[in-house]
Amino acid sequence: MPLLRIKDLTHFFGGLRAVYNVNIDLEKGDLRGLIGPNGAGKTTIFNLICGVYKPTEGEIILNGTNLVGRYPYEITARGIGRTFQNMRLWSNLTALDNVKIAFYSKIHYGLIDAFLGTRRCREEEKEIKEKAYRFLEMMGIARYADTVISALPYGAQRRVEMARSLAVEPRLLLLDEPTAGMNPAEMVETMEIIQKIREELGLAIFLIEHRMKVVMDLCERIHVQNFGEIIAEGTPEEIRSDRRVIEAYLGEEVEA
Amino acid sequence: MKALLHKIRSQFAGIPLLSWLLGALVAVVIEYLVGDTLALMLGLAGIPAIFGLSTMLAKPLLIPSTMLYVLLIYLLPAYVVGRMTRPLAESLLPKLPPWLSLLIHLLLLYAALHLWSNLDDYRLLVVKFICIAIILTTSLNLVNGYMGEFSCAHGGFMAVGAYVSSILTVWWFVYDDVFGPPVLPPVLGPFMFPLVLIIGGLASALAALLVAIPSFRTRGDYLGVITLAFTFIVKSLFENLEVVGGPRGFMNQPKWAGLPWTFAWMLACLFVIYNYVNFTLGKGTCAVRDDETAAEVMTVNTRRIKVVAFLTSAFWAGIAGGLFAHIMGYINPGTFGVIKSVESLAMLYLGGLSSITGSIFGAVLYQLLSEVLRPLGMVKWIIIPLLLLGVMLFRPRGLIGFREISFEFLRPKKEGKEVEYAPASD
Repeated sequence: MPLLRIKDLTHFFGGLRAVYNVNIDLEKGDLRGLIGPNGAGKTTIFNLICGVYKPTEGEIILNGTNLVGRYPYEITARGIGRTFQNMRLWSNLTALDNVKIAFYSKIHYGLIDAFLGTRRCREEEKEIKEKAYRFLEMMGIARYADTVISALPYGAQRRVEMARSLAVEPRLLLLDEPTAGMNPAEMVETMEIIQKIREELGLAIFLIEHRMKVVMDLCERIHVQNFGEIIAEGTPEEIRSDRRVIEAYLGEEVEA
Repeated sequence: MKALLHKIRSQFAGIPLLSWLLGALVAVVIEYLVGDTLALMLGLAGIPAIFGLSTMLAKPLLIPSTMLYVLLIYLLPAYVVGRMTRPLAESLLPKLPPWLSLLIHLLLLYAALHLWSNLDDYRLLVVKFICIAIILTTSLNLVNGYMGEFSCAHGGFMAVGAYVSSILTVWWFVYDDVFGPPVLPPVLGPFMFPLVLIIGGLASALAALLVAIPSFRTRGDYLGVITLAFTFIVKSLFENLEVVGGPRGFMNQPKWAGLPWTFAWMLACLFVIYNYVNFTLGKGTCAVRDDETAAEVMTVNTRRIKVVAFLTSAFWAGIAGGLFAHIMGYINPGTFGVIKSVESLAMLYLGGLSSITGSIFGAVLYQLLSEVLRPLGMVKWIIIPLLLLGVMLFRPRGLIGFREISFEFLRPKKEGKEVEYAPASD
């Protein structure tokens, strides 16, 4: 039984075929890549996994339970962490608060506890704060804990987002273009962080990326998507030499 | 000139709040003893109601004597006592646990307010209205500030709370033409009053479901229109209910909402909302404001957040309505129309969004202004909107938006001691 099984996944936006007949199995500890030209439907697959959209057809099974039709907060609480292509951090909150909120589904104290600030609530808050702080430390940004997100440099924001997605305590981490907008040095750092996360936490990582270097160096297996469909799947070497992949990126050769 | 200003400022700056409060208390006691005599000597009609500001606007000739009164009765004693008690406060404060320090501050504030408002019925009314305004603004802040929605429903929520609690008190404790003799012994009334208020608040929270459920699917302007519609519906509902007097209004409520109760409810509201938005459970509200999709993907149950925010907000608006009804002893549907909603919004945006201290500041400032500028008549309604416009232009986030005034005065750090953990600056 794979950790995540995506079976015959299809999604239409009106008449637009965003995802078509996608089948992907992810095992525990996998580091997979998903590439494809702009508009191929990669992010849509992530949104379908997280429950942001409800698929037109198909099944998404995490550890034996079907995720289709559940609310996003239920799905992620079951162990899927995610970052976004254009970083959706809560920009008026501090870095620490951003990570703390990811513990929302694990809060045991009730509403009345929060209203009255009971001891139970305070103790649990303290625990959450410590845990959240540890994730910031792991990402090397503990010194920014009390800084409001909008005042943070771009690279630090990316790390806060990664810390936040890890705070969900996921078994599967979805990274949507983790190196977008970074310079080469930052990119290398990010790749190191991804490796480190995987080794230390032992979780499966599924990442969308446009930079070939990142995907080819990091991932063991790569899926290539074009016009919604998965057109190729294999090791980086196989993908590099796959005819359909080259066509998808560079266009078909015109026969003279 | 600049040096002089600086000198004046440095004279005042070092005095801790505790000493100021002690000073205020002494000033009020002095007013008690010699206020009337001094006012008579200075040629004033009586003790100036709110620091003589409206007197000065109405009768410019009285400006010098009013200012002299304020100086002699308030400023001078407050300053002298403040200076004198400064060493005491500075040695005492760091030793106290924060809660005790807060309690002392609040008790002093209340004592000063109580004595001050005891001298004049008008003052009492203004202070009570300020408390109600603070409840309204803070609770509205939960939805408009912390959750980032736009709700115009506060007038409606207040109406529900006011009517429900009024009906209960009149039905249970008062002999009334419509509701007949009291059901319960009227002696119990003042003790049951908090319960009645809570029932009013709960009714208001129940009504808020009408707004909370559409908020699952609509946001922003559209939800704003729904809340506006809600206010209109509630108003016309009470206008057409003959049992509660229809448009003529509903009276006979016992005036049980004294200053202690009103002040205590205000503190309770501040305590609850401050707690909620500062614990992770409530911080989720801010996450919904900043990015709802991300909130949902990060395990935040956004529906629950929305229901809690709207219902809590409406609950406190209902409490405010109940207090209002039992201050006035009379309510009519016109009081709680759109104007009330807009007034709450004005106070909120003046003080600043997502800030409890901002809400307090905005409510106090707005209420004082609208009382003080009363002698100007219609011109008041030009000055206040202009002021709001100015705030929006020069401080779009309100006077204290998105931050809190520091509570360090409760327990000042000893000088020379390094701050343990300095947040990285931007």
